[in-house]
Amino acid sequence: MKTTYREAMRAAIRDAIQRDERVFLMGEDVGAYGGCFAVSLGLFEEFGPERIRDTPLSEAGFVGAGIGAALGGMRPIVEIMTVNFSLLALDQLVNNAATLLHMSGGQFNVPLVVRMTTGAGRQLGAQHSHSLEGWLAHIPGLRILTPATLEDARGMLWTALEDPDPVLIFEHGTLYNVAGELADDAGPVDISTAAVRRPGQDISLITYGGTLPAVLDAAARLAAEGIDAEVLDLRVLRPLDDAAILGSVAKTHRAVVVDEGWRSGSISAELSARITENAFFDLDAPVGRVCSAEVPLPYAKHLELAALPTVERIVAAAREAVGARG
Amino acid sequence: MGKADSDHARHLLHQMLRVRRLEEQCVELYSAAKIRGFLHVYIGEEAVAAGVMSTLAPDDAVVATYREHGHALLRGVPAGAILAEMYGHVEGCCRGRGGSMHLFDAGTRFFGGNAIVAGGLPLAVGLALADKMSGRSRVTVCFFGEGAVAEGAFHESLNLAALWQLPVLFCCENNLYAMGTALARSESQTDIALKAAGYEIASWSADGMDVLAVEEAARRAVDAVRAGGGPHFLELRTYRFRAHSMFDPERYRDKKEVSRWMERDPIDTLRKALETAGKLSEKDWKSIQREVEDEVKAAVEFAEAGTPEPLEDLTRFVYSERSPE
Ligand SMILES: Cc1ncc(C[n+]2csc(CCOP(=O)(O)OP(=O)(O)O)c2C)c(N)n1
Repeated sequence: MKTTYREAMRAAIRDAIQRDERVFLMGEDVGAYGGCFAVSLGLFEEFGPERIRDTPLSEAGFVGAGIGAALGGMRPIVEIMTVNFSLLALDQLVNNAATLLHMSGGQFNVPLVVRMTTGAGRQLGAQHSHSLEGWLAHIPGLRILTPATLEDARGMLWTALEDPDPVLIFEHGTLYNVAGELADDAGPVDISTAAVRRPGQDISLITYGGTLPAVLDAAARLAAEGIDAEVLDLRVLRPLDDAAILGSVAKTHRAVVVDEGWRSGSISAELSARITENAFFDLDAPVGRVCSAEVPLPYAKHLELAALPTVERIVAAAREAVGARG
Repeated sequence: MGKADSDHARHLLHQMLRVRRLEEQCVELYSAAKIRGFLHVYIGEEAVAAGVMSTLAPDDAVVATYREHGHALLRGVPAGAILAEMYGHVEGCCRGRGGSMHLFDAGTRFFGGNAIVAGGLPLAVGLALADKMSGRSRVTVCFFGEGAVAEGAFHESLNLAALWQLPVLFCCENNLYAMGTALARSESQTDIALKAAGYEIASWSADGMDVLAVEEAARRAVDAVRAGGGPHFLELRTYRFRAHSMFDPERYRDKKEVSRWMERDPIDTLRKALETAGKLSEKDWKSIQREVEDEVKAAVEFAEAGTPEPLEDLTRFVYSERSPE
């Protein structure tokens, strides 16, 4: 079946609401408006205002209410318009959702799912373009998902709802319109492993979410030059799938991490550290990184593009790693 | 005062004394370095927890702050489990992971213990939302100090609760100070009940030093919430006799003010009223005291005899032990 990332996500929400009466979607403009990114378009008419619940502009309030509802036995899906606005709810996410199970000595699960948009590329300026999923991946107690494909957009939500712990799903804003084929019977997928999207022998290009398409393009270009790149899609930023990461590096002996977040203190820094800690003697070149420039994301198209990991920069980083003496 | 009334008043007296003695014990244990961390005691405010808790049903939910030993105890968490938690022992109500400020207990639906000022209010709204969506007639009670009123989460929570007509009772324990900040130095409008009323929430204030007054106001509010009357708000005017925490040198209020409030000690007041009415003999009072002493002593012994969680279990309960495939 031909579909888009947005429709796959919507199908996942519809499916979850139909499967389990405890599931509801809550957030700013998810209802009457149809969702800020039109993900929930039509669901309000289909399921009504109880289960497709519009909230006021109060991120701390409704994220916290989602946590409370989860504690109370519901299975809320909370939508935050963009990761930038999730900063207003960080207290609830970090101090409550992530900690209650541990602080209560295992008594209180928080089966909450929070979905939000992340990333740049749409000329929205700094306050709507940041990629902060790496920050949240810093927090023990949260599970961080970054669906990059139609299968994952369709399949991660239900598994996340089955997880007794809080799960944050980051949907890159440039992916919503991506169209493609999805199996008619596509359903839940696992939310613990990384996936090899293109097998290769010469170098591991490690990425997730919104940069996967650019990395796949880069791999195709590299192939034309005779460099056989493996593309590893992390899918889950916390907990990281160490086996997949180290396994790929053990095979290719070279790695470049591509991450739309800023380099300093980023998830790519963590990946680079893990690879050097655990696979140092497998490496034929230093671990490379392609990240966003360390600026608040600019509005002007050329500046925004210059700040982001592009196919050219990924190709260049891969060439450099392969060219390094080994 | 009829017999049932006086029996009940004696029960409330007993409850308040349990909180008082347990916390005096905590202060001693803290001074002896047996328990650590931040310790905030509730001494002086016992009428609030005692009055409100006595109106709740077992499957109602309670959300509290870091000054919550009394709420936990009167909600039914055993004193031993509370003290063992402060000792950091596995027998504690959170296996030593929470400590004084983060007491939790699933069995009594006690949802914390929250050390973020106003952090519990949105949780209470969500618990109430879950009840409403599931068609249950349970009530969620949320305790917080007047300091929380300045936080955004307070306003977001009241708005949501009123907008969705949720079964939640907000209980503001107005003890006049947020650490050292007097209410008038932090709020443009110091009438908190009025502020809540601005959200179209039925709100009342009551004398938080009088357990019977607290209980009456709470009963009215809890009944109304349970009957589907939407959120209610109680401002309970009270006072803490001790410093904010064990680290507070208390430079912001004068001793005379404290001693004036101590004349209104909720325990002494009720005891005297009962004695004057001939409903509490010297012998009754002695026996209440003895019972409380025994309970606290046993709790200390329980906590002392506890064991630390093995280090191998450090990272347990970060994620659930059951995860989806
Ligand atoms: C969000 C947040 N800011 C600051 C603090 C530090 N703090 C702890 S208690 C407190 C005062 C709160 O006063 P109030 O809400 O009136 O409660 P009380 O201690 O009087 O019971 C402050 C500022 C905190 N714990 N959380």
